[in-house]
Amino acid sequence: MGDGTHLGKVRGLGSSGHGSQHWLQQRLTALGNILLVGFFVVSLIRLPLGDHAAVLRWAADPMVALALILMVVSVFWHLRLGLTVLIEDYVHGPMLLLATVLLNFYAIGGAAYGIFTIARIALTPVVAGPGGM
Amino acid sequence: MAGNEPSARPRAPHLQVYKWGPAMAVSILHRASGDGLAIAGVGLFLWWLGAIAAGPEAYAAFVACIWHDPSPEITLFHQITNILGKVVLVGLTWAFFQHLFSGLRHFVLDTGAGYELKSNKLWSTVVIAAGVFATAATWLYIMAEAL
Repeated sequence: MGDGTHLGKVRGLGSSGHGSQHWLQQRLTALGNILLVGFFVVSLIRLPLGDHAAVLRWAADPMVALALILMVVSVFWHLRLGLTVLIEDYVHGPMLLLATVLLNFYAIGGAAYGIFTIARIALTPVVAGPGGM
Repeated sequence: MAGNEPSARPRAPHLQVYKWGPAMAVSILHRASGDGLAIAGVGLFLWWLGAIAAGPEAYAAFVACIWHDPSPEITLFHQITNILGKVVLVGLTWAFFQHLFSGLRHFVLDTGAGYELKSNKLWSTVVIAAGVFATAATWLYIMAEAL
């Protein structure tokens, strides 16, 4: 914790010492988002979104599922960094701790749900229709 | 420092004393679009994923809620959510492009370039215009495909 006063150190004031790490991770996940969310948005525009079977076939493709899982990791990492800064700017006092904890629940819980659901889609065996194999 | 006592120290003026310019607008739009994507965009994405995994009936219910309910006896709730869904989707499209272009601007600023008053103003304006233009182009394409 920097070179502040002893009292300042006890109160946790001053630089966290992780600023450049935050900055760099935000840029690196932004690069990941350009590639992965770009792929996702183009896919959405091209997919027949009203057709469940077609959307399922697309999402169950191993390469697509892998890209979607990577996108979830990159997006949630990036949004956690961004929303952390938002909370630090606008929330003060004891609510700061609560808001930060809720953000981490959202980021980790949402990412886990997303990754699990993509895996579930990709690994569920295709049920043969009537007259099929 | 209890935080409330008046201080004799000089204070920096806050935002309201400055004249609004494109650079300020693009800055707050970057935050607003990012937060919109992080909460509404990601929430909708997870809902959509869950609906795909849950099967054709659940997926049809998802589409009937946020896009179009084909039922002849459509509920008032779905009439409202069908309109709201399209507004949110257009809004998210704009937020995506705005955040993407504004993020690319940040990569340029990170190199130390583009801080001169004129070029800063120019590129801030370009980012805002490009976000609106790309959103309009995307939805015109979607509507042309649907016809």
